Amino acid sequence: MQLTAHQLTKRYGEHLALDGACFDTPADVRSVVLLGPSGSGKSTLLRVLGSLLLPESGELSMDGKALSSDEAAALQQRRENGFVFQGFNLFPHLTALENVALPLRIVHGQSDDQAHQRAVEVLERFGMGPHREKRPAEMSGGQQQRVALARAIAAKPKLLLLDEPTSALDPMMTQEVLDLIRELAEAGQQIVLSTHEISFAKKVADWVVFLDHGKVMESSPAKDFFEHPKSELAQQFLDALTRYR
Amino acid sequence: MSKQAASTSHQTLKELVWGLALALALALVTWALFASVRYQWRWEALWDYRELILKGWIMTVLISVGALVLSITLGLGLMMGQRSPWIPVRLLCRGAVEIVRGTPFLVQLLIGYYIIANALHINQAVLVGIILLASFEGAYLSEIFRGALESIGASQIEAARAVGFDRAQMYRYVIFPQALRRALPGTAGQMGALIKDSSLLSVISIQELTQAVKMTNSQAYVALEGFVPLALLYLALTLPLSWWARRLETRFKFET
Repeated sequence: MQLTAHQLTKRYGEHLALDGACFDTPADVRSVVLLGPSGSGKSTLLRVLGSLLLPESGELSMDGKALSSDEAAALQQRRENGFVFQGFNLFPHLTALENVALPLRIVHGQSDDQAHQRAVEVLERFGMGPHREKRPAEMSGGQQQRVALARAIAAKPKLLLLDEPTSALDPMMTQEVLDLIRELAEAGQQIVLSTHEISFAKKVADWVVFLDHGKVMESSPAKDFFEHPKSELAQQFLDALTRYR
Repeated sequence: MSKQAASTSHQTLKELVWGLALALALALVTWALFASVRYQWRWEALWDYRELILKGWIMTVLISVGALVLSITLGLGLMMGQRSPWIPVRLLCRGAVEIVRGTPFLVQLLIGYYIIANALHINQAVLVGIILLASFEGAYLSEIFRGALESIGASQIEAARAVGFDRAQMYRYVIFPQALRRALPGTAGQMGALIKDSSLLSVISIQELTQAVKMTNSQAYVALEGFVPLALLYLALTLPLSWWARRLETRFKFET
């Protein structure tokens, strides 16, 4: 996917979360990983890329098509994307099955049968078939995140955006969820992922965007970034993340 | 599973035994209190006025049902008005809620009936009573609804947007169902209050239950006798309401 971001800014009150972020990726890139310290603007950039947040200024295009910053157009753009969040964000009043099937019916216009079948199919693919009638409170974090993944990919999104999807999980659950994400990436799903799991990033990333204080410090092929980070900050960051691993 | 069922039925049995014991104790204490006061109870004097009391009770039921339905509609309207992006609507609804909650219901009834309804040439006391009672309770309900709605976190709203829901779909499928569960206990309490507050409607000459009992007491030359059946007749309305609300709460339970 060819992503082009030019001078993106986004503020929360006084805080400037994105401060003129610029980067572009070549068309053959399938998975982009956003790296950077906490508060660097990764989550905000990810939400802006997925049209979940609208930037105050700047331009953004995907595969040569400019993304609109008008709310009605953003809704249509969002509907082509799938999101997974750090805190799972499942709907607590719905079962796993309904969490996946409801958007298929309501947003994507599928019939009850179609939506049910598709939801069962993706839940089973992620090993959640036996738990499909459970509500989120009855599931472990890893199970909830697998349902969230199923919900995000059920409508076959053009782009899957994952915001630190394993930060709230223990090491075992982290591994399960990362395996699923890797499978999706290897099957050709276009992905934008923000993460602190550096060894996982190395395995799945084609391209790395490294941020600090709302600015893009480096945007380069994953191999180059991990082997020869240009900025001193990126070197320190990689060193800190790999020291005890 | 059967072990769990057995323990549940054991629990129910325990509750039943305790309930009976406490009810018996309460009855004894009540009897002792009543007996200690030097008062000649003349319960039989009430019997002749059973029809009057029953009519009053039916009036209370009718007014309550009408005001319940209307108060929920008004409560929802006032709650949404307070969240309106349009400033005059927001201020108007905020102001209405504050004025209604901050003044005595008695004053609202007197001004509402003798001045406002009179000026508008509406002289059906029951209709005016239902509207005034519904707006009084609706103001409280709007705050209960607003609290429930605002307790739905930003992450749920973000998730609703992320799956592609538009604003209306987000409210319909994500926010309202979760807010409903949280609004239930407060709403049920407010409905009990509404039923009891309907007793004030006698000041605009509506012959509801409390008024009927007051009339009975004076016509039968007794001072207190009528108030015991009065309490029981209100309980006959409020207890089933509480029971029903608890059942709904269990049905909508999703956070374990």
